Amino acid sequence: MTVDMELEAVLRAPELEMPPYPPKVITLANSKKMVVRPIKREDVPTLLKVVRPTLDIPRDYYDIVGARLYAELLGWYRYRVRNEYCLIGQVDGFVVGMVNGRMWDQNIGISLHTLAIDRGLHVGAHLFASKMEYHIEHLGQQEVWITAESPIGFRRWMIEYGLIKQEGVQHELGGATSYKLTRDLYFETKPRLVAGVRPVPQELLDQAMQSILIASEAEVTEKICGVKGR
Amino acid sequence: MRDVAVIGVGIIPFGRRDEDSLLDMLAYSSLKALDDAGLGEKGVDALYVANMGAGILQHQTAIASALADRLSLLPCSADTVENGPASGASAIKNGVLAIASGYYDTVLVAGGEKMREVVGWKATDFVATLTHPQVEYPYGITLPGMAGMLARLYMEKYGLTEEQLIAVSLKNQRMGSLNPYSHVEMMITKEGIHDHRDAIVNNPMAADPLHLYDMCPVSDGAAAVMLCALEKASQFTSNVPVVVAGFGQATDTHTLQERDDPTELKAVTLAAQQAFARAGLTPQDVDVAELHDAFTILEIVESERVGFFKTGEGGKAAERGETALGGKIPINMSGGLKARGHPVGATGVAQVVDIVFQLRHALPEGRQVKNAKVGFTLNFGGFGNNIVSFVLRRAE
Repeated sequence: MTVDMELEAVLRAPELEMPPYPPKVITLANSKKMVVRPIKREDVPTLLKVVRPTLDIPRDYYDIVGARLYAELLGWYRYRVRNEYCLIGQVDGFVVGMVNGRMWDQNIGISLHTLAIDRGLHVGAHLFASKMEYHIEHLGQQEVWITAESPIGFRRWMIEYGLIKQEGVQHELGGATSYKLTRDLYFETKPRLVAGVRPVPQELLDQAMQSILIASEAEVTEKICGVKGR
Repeated sequence: MRDVAVIGVGIIPFGRRDEDSLLDMLAYSSLKALDDAGLGEKGVDALYVANMGAGILQHQTAIASALADRLSLLPCSADTVENGPASGASAIKNGVLAIASGYYDTVLVAGGEKMREVVGWKATDFVATLTHPQVEYPYGITLPGMAGMLARLYMEKYGLTEEQLIAVSLKNQRMGSLNPYSHVEMMITKEGIHDHRDAIVNNPMAADPLHLYDMCPVSDGAAAVMLCALEKASQFTSNVPVVVAGFGQATDTHTLQERDDPTELKAVTLAAQQAFARAGLTPQDVDVAELHDAFTILEIVESERVGFFKTGEGGKAAERGETALGGKIPINMSGGLKARGHPVGATGVAQVVDIVFQLRHALPEGRQVKNAKVGFTLNFGGFGNNIVSFVLRRAE
């Protein structure tokens, strides 16, 4: 695609400095090691391939989460969303889930979406916690604004973290009720909700960094809906 | 009294079945049982349907009447049986009595529940409607809460440990992963749910001292059995008949606070004793058992109260592997409620289905108890206030 860089300079959003998320490893309930790490902008096309099948999965609102996440990642890749990042969880190199968000400004973080490909292992919960950790501990923000588009998300975020309802505040994802996680609330909940160990053993990290492996479309659907659709 | 045999069984995969109604699930499992029994186009004399909560969850009542019509079994007699989480075994008991008395020759019993239409906490609240409406429910008690208190008492009184509870959890999830009808097919490890520091997130506390992996899932599902007078079984099928050698049922106080010793679970002991006495067998004769492990603590306590182990020894036995395949008394080779799932109305029926598979020697290596001849089931209603158990025997 030909790009007019003069015009592009006008269209591209200026970015804030964002220190990278330091990778960590989480031991799952089945003892598998999930490496959580940030991806680079150039990894987005690969990641879109694993998101695409979810657009056709209405179960648990995967379709709306997937569609919006797809657009957000594409927006980041095409320099149309500012200050965005994406963290992925990898087991044996394969993507098992991802989260994204962005900096609204220096103090406020925006939680965008959480997508678990492998289910039943708290992958989504672990990745969401990693996202909160990034905003509060590494980006040094004061609060993170969060909304939920699925009942599972509502249970995992609003209830488990005891998030604070923001009356009269709209999250940029739309008009659904907006909640926030403050620094105090984060550190209060961290002992029971934020897992993981650093540094990641070099062998594991090398495997994760070497390439982003993704399941086939059929496998992604099966992982989300179960072998028997249950 | 005539001998009664199970001549056909049917079960569908438990789990989340968005696409099926309760009646669909009951029909699928019933048709499998009818086919398995070789009934073909022949009708049945009676139908009993076990269900606890369609009136609440689906706003639908008179399930047995609807199923009789759906299966074209008209004009058979049809009754819905509601006995909380022990509805399944209660329905089978009624079928057994109807045949044993000589009144009917063929009885279909189906059990089912559709619980995933509501969110988890509403399902938990629905089950909690079996608690006392004045002195328990209004104070927020739930079944997980009761199980937590039982586990804590057991720890204090008998030295039960978390590791012993985990042994049950690991065993049942492992067996569930081998069962094609199981809700939970995922393997877990002790490292992942207990030993590693990340386990605090993987396996959060649910009702102290019980964690997430001490609990059964909330499931949709159905199962069915076809009962027949033993003397007529050969008219229908060449399946090895499984004889209902005995059953027992006992009740206890509605509220836990009225029991002298809440760890005693008297009704469990009495129901088991009745079943063994009727069968002329003892707990030592049992080759394989399906116990009601809605919570890991229940499998341990029940294994003692029915007579497999001495009081206070059940946890240690589980930890030593005595309840695993190849152990002294293999328990819940289906994965139990913990992994197969617990659609409450279906559970008591599913337990019998799994024991029939065992006694027919129809299961693959890894789940089949070698040369099993006698099986035992225990279906736990209320929080131990209505228990139904069966002793089943392979007819040679």
